[in-house]
Amino acid sequence: MILTSGLTLFGIGLLAAAILGVASRLLFVKEDPRIALIEDNLPGANCGGCGFPGCSGAAAAIVAGKAPATVCIVSDAEASARVAAIMGQEVLEREPELAVRDCTGGLRADDAFHYEGALDCRAAHLLYGGSKACPEGCLGLGTCVRACPFDAIHMGPEGLPVIDPAQCKACGNCVAACPRGVIAVSGMTARLLHLNQTTDCLAPCRQKCPAQINIPRYIEQIKAGDYDGAVMTIKERNPLLVTCGRVCPRPCETMCRRQYVDETVGINMLKRFVADRELHSGSRLPVPCAKDTGKRVAVIGGGPAGLSCAYFLRRLGHSPVIFDAMPALGGQTRYGIPEYRLPKADLDWEIQGILDLGIEARLNTKFGKDFTLASLREEGFDATFIGIGAWQASGMYAEGEDLDGVMGGIEFLTAHALGQKPETGNKVIVVGGGNTAIDAARTCVRLGAEVTLMYRRTRAEMPADVEEIVGAEDEGVKFRFLAAPARVIGDENGKATHLEFYEMELGEPDDSGRRRPVKKEGSEQRMEASLIIPAIGQKPDLGCLYDDGEGECPLETTRWQTIVADPDTFETAIPGVFTAGDVYTGPDLVISAIGDGRKAARSIHYHLTRGDIPVPETTQKGMIPYTLFKEIDFVERKKRAVLPHLCHGDDRNCTFNEVEGSLSEEEARAEADRCLRCGLVCYDRDLREEPFLPDLRDQTKDA
Amino acid sequence: MQEYFLLFIGAMFVNNIVLAQYLGNCPFIGTSKDTGVAVGMGGAVVFVAVMAAAITWLVQEYVLAPFGLGFLQTLAFILVIAALVQFVEMFLKKMVPPLYKSLGIFLPLITTNCAVMGIALICQREEFGFVKTVLFALASGLGFMIALVLLAGIREKLAVRRLPIAMRGTPIGLIMAGLMSLAFFAFKGMI
Ligand code: SF4
Ligand code: SF4
Repeated sequence: MILTSGLTLFGIGLLAAAILGVASRLLFVKEDPRIALIEDNLPGANCGGCGFPGCSGAAAAIVAGKAPATVCIVSDAEASARVAAIMGQEVLEREPELAVRDCTGGLRADDAFHYEGALDCRAAHLLYGGSKACPEGCLGLGTCVRACPFDAIHMGPEGLPVIDPAQCKACGNCVAACPRGVIAVSGMTARLLHLNQTTDCLAPCRQKCPAQINIPRYIEQIKAGDYDGAVMTIKERNPLLVTCGRVCPRPCETMCRRQYVDETVGINMLKRFVADRELHSGSRLPVPCAKDTGKRVAVIGGGPAGLSCAYFLRRLGHSPVIFDAMPALGGQTRYGIPEYRLPKADLDWEIQGILDLGIEARLNTKFGKDFTLASLREEGFDATFIGIGAWQASGMYAEGEDLDGVMGGIEFLTAHALGQKPETGNKVIVVGGGNTAIDAARTCVRLGAEVTLMYRRTRAEMPADVEEIVGAEDEGVKFRFLAAPARVIGDENGKATHLEFYEMELGEPDDSGRRRPVKKEGSEQRMEASLIIPAIGQKPDLGCLYDDGEGECPLETTRWQTIVADPDTFETAIPGVFTAGDVYTGPDLVISAIGDGRKAARSIHYHLTRGDIPVPETTQKGMIPYTLFKEIDFVERKKRAVLPHLCHGDDRNCTFNEVEGSLSEEEARAEADRCLRCGLVCYDRDLREEPFLPDLRDQTKDA
Repeated sequence: MQEYFLLFIGAMFVNNIVLAQYLGNCPFIGTSKDTGVAVGMGGAVVFVAVMAAAITWLVQEYVLAPFGLGFLQTLAFILVIAALVQFVEMFLKKMVPPLYKSLGIFLPLITTNCAVMGIALICQREEFGFVKTVLFALASGLGFMIALVLLAGIREKLAVRRLPIAMRGTPIGLIMAGLMSLAFFAFKGMI
C-alpha cells in the first residue's frame, strides 16, 4: 500500500513536472537578464513612486529604455549608479526635489469636518468643497500625512502639514492625495519655471504682483526671523530686490486684504528691509544655479527685463551674454531713476551679484550698429532676447519744441545720470504728471532751480505715486494744474525763454475713465523758463532694428513702436527671438519688466531644451474673482509702519542722498505680523451663508 | 435545470466559501483593502478554482479512486493545484501578458489559498459529476469574489472614517467580515 501510494504521488508529481517542463519550453518568454539584475539593485519598496507597477515594472521599464536608471525615488545615489552601470550608462546628478506645502495658514477650514465621521480631505472636499469662500487652501485633515509612505509629513501645531526634508523622497504621493493642490513636489528648476495657475493657492497680493513673488511666504519668513529665507523667496522671482524695494509702485498692495480692516500691509517695505539687510551684511547669499547646459543666449539690453531674463537663464543652467549700449547696466533703473530714490552704489552692488553668477556683459555696444540679429546668429547664440526698453521721449506736439532749452524728461535724467550736468538755469518747467516728470522736477530742485510742474488735469488724476507728489511738494516744487503747453517761445538765438500755455477744464470721461481736459479758448498765458522738460511719455526707439536706421524691419512692430510677440510665450515672429519689458509693453513698471523677463527666460529655456513652449490652460492672468472679499471680520486694527526720512530740512533739496530709509528689525517684524496670512487661505467670513452647514463657528467655540 | 441553478445560487450565496464555510480567510482580509485589488484577486481565484476543480476531479476519478487511494486526496490535490498555478502563470505570461501583469502577485498567492483547495475537496465530498464540479467551482469562486469586493468597498469607506486607533485596519476588517457573514445567513432561507 505504501509503495502504491508513494508511486502514485511520485507519478502524479512526475507527470506534473513533465508537463511543466514541456510547458516551460513551449511557453518560454525571453526576458532580458538585466531586468532581474536591476531588480536586485532596487530597494523592493514597491512604493509606486516611479510611476510603474512595482519595482519589477520599473526594472523592465529601465531595460526597455522607457525610464532612466535613476527612476527609483527611494534608491540612494550608489544604487542608482549600480543600475546605470548595468545599463552601461552614467548617472547624471539629479537636482534635489522636495515636497513643499504652499499654504501659510489663516482661518482654515474648521476641524469640524466630521460629517458622517469623514476624516479625509478628499471626502470633505467632495462633500462641501471646504467651508471656505475660496476653493483653494488646506483642509487640515491630513490625508497627505497618511498617504506618505516614508513618514515624511506630520501635522504641525497649526494644523497644517509639515514636511520633513530629510525623510521626503519626492515621490509625490502626498501631491496625488491632496484634493486642494496645496502640496507640490518641486526642485529649483520647476519652481523657476512655474507660472501662477488658477488652481494654485494664491493670495490676492501674489495674484497682482507682476513678478508673481510668493509674498505671503516671504512675509511669513520675516515674521519668523528667517530673513535669509525671505531674500531667497524673493530671488526666486525677482533678482532686483534692492531696486524694487525702493522704487516699486506696489501694485500688490492695492489688492492686500488688510485694507478692509485698516490699511494695507507694507509689502514693499518688508522687501526693502530684507534686501537692505543682505546689502549691508557684507556678504551675498549664494544663489543656486542648475548645471551648465552649454546653450548661449544673447540678451540685448541690460535694463530690468534683460537683467531678469539673464539671471533666470543663468539659474536654469544657460549662458547668457548681456549687450548694452550704455556704459553701465541697469537701463532705466540707472538712467531714469534719480540717485536720491535709488543710490547708484546700491544698484551696482545688486547688478554685480547677478553678473557674479557667471554672466558676461558687453557694454557700450549698440544693437543695430555694433551687432545685429544676423551677427549674433553667426556668433553661435542659440536664442536672443530683446529688452531694449523705451528710451525715446514723446513730444509735446507744441510749436517750437525743438528749440534749444527744451529737453525730454528721460533725456534729461539720463544726461544727469551720465554726469553731463545739463544746464537748468533758474526757472524750470516740467510738463507731465507721471513719475518721470516728478523725478525730473525733484532733480532740478536739487540742482538749484525753481521748478514748476505743469499738468493738464488735476492733482487727483496724476499717475505718479502719491508719496512722490508729496515729496516734490515738500521740496518746493510748484504745481500748475489744468494747464497744457501751447507753444515754446524763443529768443533771437533760438533759445527757449517762455512757455505759452492754455488753461484747461475737465470734460467728459475718456477711454481711460479719467475726465478729458479741454482747453479754455483765449486763456493763453506765458511763463518764463530757462529749461522746459516735457515728460509726457516714452516709447521704444526701434531704429536699431533697421539696417543703418532705415529699410525693412525684421520684426513686426505696432504703431506705438513696440515689438509684436506672442503674449503667452514672448516669442516674436522670428523663432528663437524673444522680447519683454518696455519695448514689448510700452512704458511700464520696473517690476512688470522683471516679471516678463522671467517669463521670457522660461520660454527660452523650453525653446532650447524641448522645442515647444508649453502654456498651461489654467495660467493665471487676471485676478481670481472668488479670492477677493470686500470685508474681513475678527481682525484687530494695527497701525501700518512708516518709512523713516533720511534727510531733513534744507539738506534734502540740495543733496542727492537717499530720501527714504529702511524699517528697523522690530518695525519689520511688527509689520509682517499685520499680514493676514491669506496665503491661499481664504477667510471663511460667514459660515452661515453655506447652505448645508450648521453654524460651525459657534459649535467649535462651545467645544 | 433547476438543480443546477440551485447548486449555483447555493454555492455563491448560501454556502459562500468565505462567509459561510470560513475558507480562504487570509487572502480575504489581506487583499480587501482596495476594490481594484479585490477584483484582481477575485478574478484570479475564479479562474484557478475552476481549473483546479476540473483537474482534481479527473485525478480523483481516474487515478485515486480506481486504485483505492482516496486517502491521498489532500496530498495529491496540493500537488496538482501547485503545478496548475505554475502552469497557468507560464501560460498567461506567454499568451495574455496584459492579464498576467494585472494579476501580478495574486497568481502565486493562490497556490496557498485554502479556498481553492476547499472547493476541490467539497466537490469530492459531495460526489459531484464533472459538470456539477465545474459549475460549483465557478459559483464558489464568484461567491469569493463578491464577498471580497463587498468587503473592500466597506473597508475603503472605513479608511476615511473616525475610528478608535485600536480598531483601524485588520480588527475592523474582521468585525465587518463577521457582520457580513451574519448578513449572508439570511440567504439560508432561499433554498
Ligand atoms: S495638504 Fe491637502 S491632503 Fe494635506 S491636509 Fe491639507 S488639504 Fe489635506
Ligand atoms: S508623500 Fe510627499 S512628503 Fe512623503 S515622501 Fe512622497 S513627496 Fe515626500
